[in-house]
Amino acid sequence: MKVSYYPGCSLHGTAKEYDQSVKAMSRALGIELKEVEDWSCCGATSAHSTNYKLSVALPARNLMIAEKGEAKEVMVPCAACFNRFKMAQHHLDHDESLKKEVEGIVGQKYAGGLKVKNPIDILYNDIGLDALAEKVTKKLAGLRPVSYYGCLLVRPPEVCEFEKYENPYMLDDIMKTLGADVKPWSYKTDCCGGSLTISRTDVVGKLVDKLMTMAREAGANCVVTACPVCMTNLDARASENLRLPVFYFTELVSLALGLQGTSTWFKLHNVDPVPLVSSLGLV
Amino acid sequence: MTGKKILVKSYGCLPLTEDDRTVNGVNMKTFLEEVNEKINGVAIQRCYHCRKCTAGCPLAFAMEYNPNKVIKMIQMGKKKEVLGSSTIWLCASCETCITRCPNEVDIARMMDVLRETAIKDGVAVKEKNVLSFHQAFLASIKSRGRINEPFMMVDYKLKSGDLFSDMGMGISMFMKGKLSLTSPKTRDIDTIRKIFDKTKNL
Repeated sequence: MKVSYYPGCSLHGTAKEYDQSVKAMSRALGIELKEVEDWSCCGATSAHSTNYKLSVALPARNLMIAEKGEAKEVMVPCAACFNRFKMAQHHLDHDESLKKEVEGIVGQKYAGGLKVKNPIDILYNDIGLDALAEKVTKKLAGLRPVSYYGCLLVRPPEVCEFEKYENPYMLDDIMKTLGADVKPWSYKTDCCGGSLTISRTDVVGKLVDKLMTMAREAGANCVVTACPVCMTNLDARASENLRLPVFYFTELVSLALGLQGTSTWFKLHNVDPVPLVSSLGLV
Repeated sequence: MTGKKILVKSYGCLPLTEDDRTVNGVNMKTFLEEVNEKINGVAIQRCYHCRKCTAGCPLAFAMEYNPNKVIKMIQMGKKKEVLGSSTIWLCASCETCITRCPNEVDIARMMDVLRETAIKDGVAVKEKNVLSFHQAFLASIKSRGRINEPFMMVDYKLKSGDLFSDMGMGISMFMKGKLSLTSPKTRDIDTIRKIFDKTKNL
């Protein structure tokens, strides 16, 4: 299948391993990615927190470019970019005068109708768990992850249209298909503190420590996520005695499918996951 | 009424018209009306203080006023206290509040509106570093169309005066190749600059 690909700023920077593992996973599953031509930043939290029109215009430019591409779907791995794209579409589809104004600001027409999807959705719904199971060469036995979806994939529910927003299941099912012993827990969508990680590290530290404590209580030995900011926070802001290895779900999919690259990606983490995965015989 | 254009929904009182908007050139809109107009959704006074928002808010423990208290303060016209609070800057926009509000009050959007109003009105910002981060982030987009993380961080550190935190993490990330000093820019930077100029609110 052919989809457009919008990496966003973090996947070219601190979330490099997410970008590389998404691409590896897509190649293995027959998803052809074409990067959105000359894309620009979606604005993330900083735009909507300070300037409403800017927060719609910045993602709108990318939507307008992607609409002109061949594919009718765009894969957006970063949860913040995904959320901002869906929000922009929501505002542009429901507010005709805003749409005209933004078209004037960006200098392009907005057609609407482009499907914005996160790779979890594409993997679960377009590829399917059965097709994934067929390609698994190394079951992730002994890995006990908790699935951490974070905020922006699922909320607001009418905008993200992701899935069961108080107790999502897609990532859990994907991990189960890979043979991991997924632990249920109540903190799947509890905020990590997001972009406050730089300006109020103390607050983020408290939130992340709570998540790690609850993950341990649930019996987990690692956390699996799909958001670059959540990954940074969980990986780098947890207290020394509470920290657990954190993975992007695409890294674990690649590991289970026997793809190249996992050793390089694991080196980029703050909390080294190699002791865990090698003790389980997975590398 | 006089047949003049009705500007503000009445909520049970006589509707306000163009004449009522300004008196001698002074804006007579209440803080509540101003906020409701900018949110452009459900009126915030629908809130009956069930406190689901505050109960679910992950940042409430660190906030000066709880989210539902802010709604009451807006109704009471306490503009200075609300715009000068830490609450509006500590909101992480996790959207838990609006997801759970039984009256569909968009508290997260309200926080966006309060932040934007505080910036426009030049109010002294309680959590300066939070705003400095947003400014550094947006400056990077304006200059190259995308975020270049090391440059953005340097800009943030200069703006906030917080020079030395995360040095260790920064160096470690740099050594791992995660913080490239050069990163591709958006070629169509003119459109980006135009977007910023046309949406300017500062």
